[in-house]
Amino acid sequence: MPLAAALGSPFAETLSVVLLAAVLVCAVVRPFDWPEAVVAVPAAGLVLATGAISWDHVRAEAAHLGPVIGFLAAVLVLAKFCDDEGLFQACGAWMARWAAGQPGRLLTAVFALASAITAVLSLDATIVLLTPVVFATAARMGTRPKPHVYACTHLSNTASLLLPVSNLTNLLAFTASGLSFTRFAALMVLPWLVAIGAEYVVFRRFFARDLAAGALPQRAEEPPDLPLFALITVGCTLAGFVLASAVGIDPAWSAAAGALVLATRALVRRRTTALTVVRAAAPSFLAFVLALGIVVRAVVDNGLADALDSLLPEGGSPAALLGIAAIAAVLANLINNLPAVLVLLPLAADSGAGAVLAVLLGVNIGPNLTYAGSLATLLWRRIVHQHEHGVDLKEFTRLGLIAVPAALVPAVLALWVSLHFIGG
Amino acid sequence: MRVVVWLVEGTWPACVDAVRTHAPGATDVVLLHVADPGVPGLAHGAFAGLLGRGRSEPDPGDLLETLGTASAAELLDAAAERLEGPATRLERTGRVEREVVAAAEGAGLLVLARDGDRSRLGPHSLGPAGRFVVDHAPCPVLLVWPEPAPDVTTIPPPPPHPPHHPHP
Repeated sequence: MPLAAALGSPFAETLSVVLLAAVLVCAVVRPFDWPEAVVAVPAAGLVLATGAISWDHVRAEAAHLGPVIGFLAAVLVLAKFCDDEGLFQACGAWMARWAAGQPGRLLTAVFALASAITAVLSLDATIVLLTPVVFATAARMGTRPKPHVYACTHLSNTASLLLPVSNLTNLLAFTASGLSFTRFAALMVLPWLVAIGAEYVVFRRFFARDLAAGALPQRAEEPPDLPLFALITVGCTLAGFVLASAVGIDPAWSAAAGALVLATRALVRRRTTALTVVRAAAPSFLAFVLALGIVVRAVVDNGLADALDSLLPEGGSPAALLGIAAIAAVLANLINNLPAVLVLLPLAADSGAGAVLAVLLGVNIGPNLTYAGSLATLLWRRIVHQHEHGVDLKEFTRLGLIAVPAALVPAVLALWVSLHFIGG
Repeated sequence: MRVVVWLVEGTWPACVDAVRTHAPGATDVVLLHVADPGVPGLAHGAFAGLLGRGRSEPDPGDLLETLGTASAAELLDAAAERLEGPATRLERTGRVEREVVAAAEGAGLLVLARDGDRSRLGPHSLGPAGRFVVDHAPCPVLLVWPEPAPDVTTIPPPPPHPPHHPHP
């Protein structure tokens, strides 16, 4: 007899909540610089060993998360080798040429490229690979880098609405919603455009002073080598998503094929090693996602679902969708959007695709409100001071307080319009 | 006389030119650039928001710090070249306006450019950092326009009913 069954449901409930708290705290604090999976995987083992979650549910969760994790790994590898092929360096050169020495035009270029890269290669690519390029481009132009770096951080969230691959939260919602890849994208394209447009207007006004400061006379720059192979591979991968979902194959296979092509090319040309390819897929991160999913499922199974069941508004009216998005945004700002989406998805999935996508709008746009993505992380960084880095938290929060509602509310209304015309 | 020149991206050439025009007798020119640690900090924060990636991806904020140091050095080099005279290069990191005021201690003159919205002439043509420096500078301040100064005709017309000030 499983331990939890013997001790009764309050024990299972407490255990799973305590373990989830431990997993999240360790993911934020990262004791001894351990990978987050070091705590999350044993925690998942413990909920399983004690019977706080049944084997059936673990199997269901693994079957649900398996393709998500494969998809995620493929996109991470794709982004890494696009970088190796020089895609992001070329982005820097394109932005500089388009900007023609004007900071305002540079901001437009950053918005266009950061939105496209976030949508296609995920928010990780924008934060880790594009932000340094944007900073270097601004510095070379002699313009103030702050608005452009801010744009990268905001768009890594706001522009991650479009495709299931753009954000891990989307991948999780995508499988929960039962939508096809193309339908997901068709429903999200309007909210995506509206949210980016709103951010753009806010940025032009908020950073008017920095953008008016001017730049140095434009330097003659060498036109960049066009990373043709990477661009064609990414293009084919995108076409593959559409094709795969049309014939009913998991679009993760298309991402895997794209990643394989770029990785193989790098391996054949001896530009990389097999170990680098495996590391680019971030195995410890994938293990963390799976383990976190299992622990959250245990919490949801053991009573959280009942407790939160009445929390989410019912129905598909604009007001209900706004309510769902607002709750998701608040939860994401408290604990981080990954656990927030894991908790809210099982509840929203019952109300249909509209509710699931409203949750996504909340958890994807919401984190722009809080530095470091959530209050939990922010508080911890303040406690240890070592990561304070002199960010003007007042300015960050002021921008977030303007940009988040300005993007979220019209995006939710746009989603309602899309649902109305395309249908969930 | 020691002249401290606060150089900011986009507007610094006017400050260097002002030293040559208005302070030709300067014996000790300090070219000052203050890096705002908040910009790499934004990247650190965005990366921290990516839960679970701790060890699998590099923190982009570290790269921004390196790039920032390099671009500041480049800016100071370009300024020294434009000055065509001996100068001390000073690179500081921190709250920009406070670092500038601290660096101006004991100087005979502080040169800075307007850092605000210059499309509407008036108080907004000084940004918060510039305003703070002008208010708290421990020495005379030379405030220059990044572009040629606007002429007198750009002054807005006086209000129709001027308020009556009591004259002592």
